[in-house]
Amino acid sequence: MLIVELVAQGLVQGSIYALIALGLTLVYGLLRILHVAHASLFTLGAYVGVLLANAGAGLVPAFVGAMVVAGIAGVLMYRLAYQPLLDKPPFVALIASIGLYIASEEAFRIAFGAQGLSFADPRLQGQVALGGLHFKQAELMVMAGTVVIIGILAWLQSRTRIGVACQATVTDPQMAESFGISLRQVRDINFFVGSALAGFAGVWVALLNNLVEPTMGSVPSYKALAIIVLGGLGSVPGTLAASLVLGVIEAFGTIYLGKLLDRNAIAFAFLILVLMLRPQGLFARR
Amino acid sequence: MDYEITLLTGMAIAVMFALSLNLITGFCGQISLGHAAFQGVGAYAAAMLGKAGWPFLATLPAAMLLAGVLGVIVGLASLRVRDDFLAITTMGVVFLFVGVVRQQDVLGGELGISGIPDHGFGKLGFMLVAMLACVLVVLLSVHIRRAWMGRVFNGIAEDEDTMRVLGIDVPRYKLAAFAIGTALAGLSGAFLAYHLQFIGADNFGFIESITVLSMVVVGGIGSVPGVLVAAALLSALPAWFQFIGDYKLLVYGGLLFLMMRFSPEGMAGLVRRLRGAGAAREGAR
Repeated sequence: MLIVELVAQGLVQGSIYALIALGLTLVYGLLRILHVAHASLFTLGAYVGVLLANAGAGLVPAFVGAMVVAGIAGVLMYRLAYQPLLDKPPFVALIASIGLYIASEEAFRIAFGAQGLSFADPRLQGQVALGGLHFKQAELMVMAGTVVIIGILAWLQSRTRIGVACQATVTDPQMAESFGISLRQVRDINFFVGSALAGFAGVWVALLNNLVEPTMGSVPSYKALAIIVLGGLGSVPGTLAASLVLGVIEAFGTIYLGKLLDRNAIAFAFLILVLMLRPQGLFARR
Repeated sequence: MDYEITLLTGMAIAVMFALSLNLITGFCGQISLGHAAFQGVGAYAAAMLGKAGWPFLATLPAAMLLAGVLGVIVGLASLRVRDDFLAITTMGVVFLFVGVVRQQDVLGGELGISGIPDHGFGKLGFMLVAMLACVLVVLLSVHIRRAWMGRVFNGIAEDEDTMRVLGIDVPRYKLAAFAIGTALAGLSGAFLAYHLQFIGADNFGFIESITVLSMVVVGGIGSVPGVLVAAALLSALPAWFQFIGDYKLLVYGGLLFLMMRFSPEGMAGLVRRLRGAGAAREGAR
């Protein structure tokens, strides 16, 4: 029974990782930037969600608001910060991104206080029994939400003009451009979608913990970087699989290796192990 | 006077640490997001040995050796993965270091190691010893830069595959860069342990690794004078920024971003550009 419970816990955590890492992988696939400031958008989404909910909006408007604000902020970040750095060596964008992240974390702290915010009226906190396991409503919803979002994303990618244009741009930007795809538009859309996903994840984490803090983005952001590497950098299905695997490994690791390593160390020990055995990532086709 | 001595000692340690990373990332082009782990290894080694009764100066080679050996092991990873993959692997190393140290009671666990014995030089003496070590690290950096090894490093940073074709034993040089760089990080760690008299795993985490990388990048990746100045300035920045108190990290992050956005070659690049503009003006006259 313990095993089933751990797997379930791992999948809940893994769904959150997946939502954060998917946006990151979209950006990486397109621009080859390790976008640490993605976590700022995750935190931003969480704040917007809580503020909207506490202002009396329903849960759905809170989610939509968080996604739109995070999405727009993401596009602005791309336009103002990354676009001018694209032809520079990759660590330049990385450091710029880290600088942005540090500054934003502080900005959140100064604007909303270090203690963080909670929902005035916490929702989805009820317990649900499912096949002998107990879940919070929010935990079930986040798994369902992840499946739905990923389904929509997969459909958009393979069945719409925009999605196909994105894929083409990832494969060969120059060729895509000469076929009349606007790189600028594709990048804007990618940043919008990826950042909106981060905002979506932020509201879920806020609901699960009933707490939004300035520093809530740091650990997920580093883990998400690990996940996109495990998934074979830039691969969407790989990222999804890697998120779930990492969630489950962490759940088991904290029980069986907890004396030796903490949660983050388990995740990164796994990452290093995988990279040494398969330098191209767990799920890369190469 | 006490305050200035503490500040200068801290600066000397930061410069050593930044130059040690500059050797790996600047000279040899191998990015590391986990360099603080090696400073941590050196610091913990020195602290444990010091508490076991070793004199301060004797702990230095031990700290360097241990950090260097672990550095070579991590360097092996650089033979397996490149660029972004290497960045993430080294990031993993620092999380692993912090995670392991935190769970080991022998290493002080969450509480860290306190009561590190006195170095016996007095405050001023310790500052001078730290500065001496710092000068030696600077000289070593300059020497390596000019020597055959430095040219090979540069070649690897520019184009690894061409170096292979030229018959250079690339793995050996990469490992050498990691060995020297991490050993020097261990040295700076030993000084840091004795400087602070108290260390914990959180002194050597990811943020510290990023901080030292930002010193290298802000200074101008690969440039010894640039990194020296940047490390000295950035390490003192929080102390000088006391008056903005709450906004310290906001300004720090903002500066980091603006530097990359408007002068990605760092301060060294900025100086070069200003000089270039000056020379052009001279020429026009």
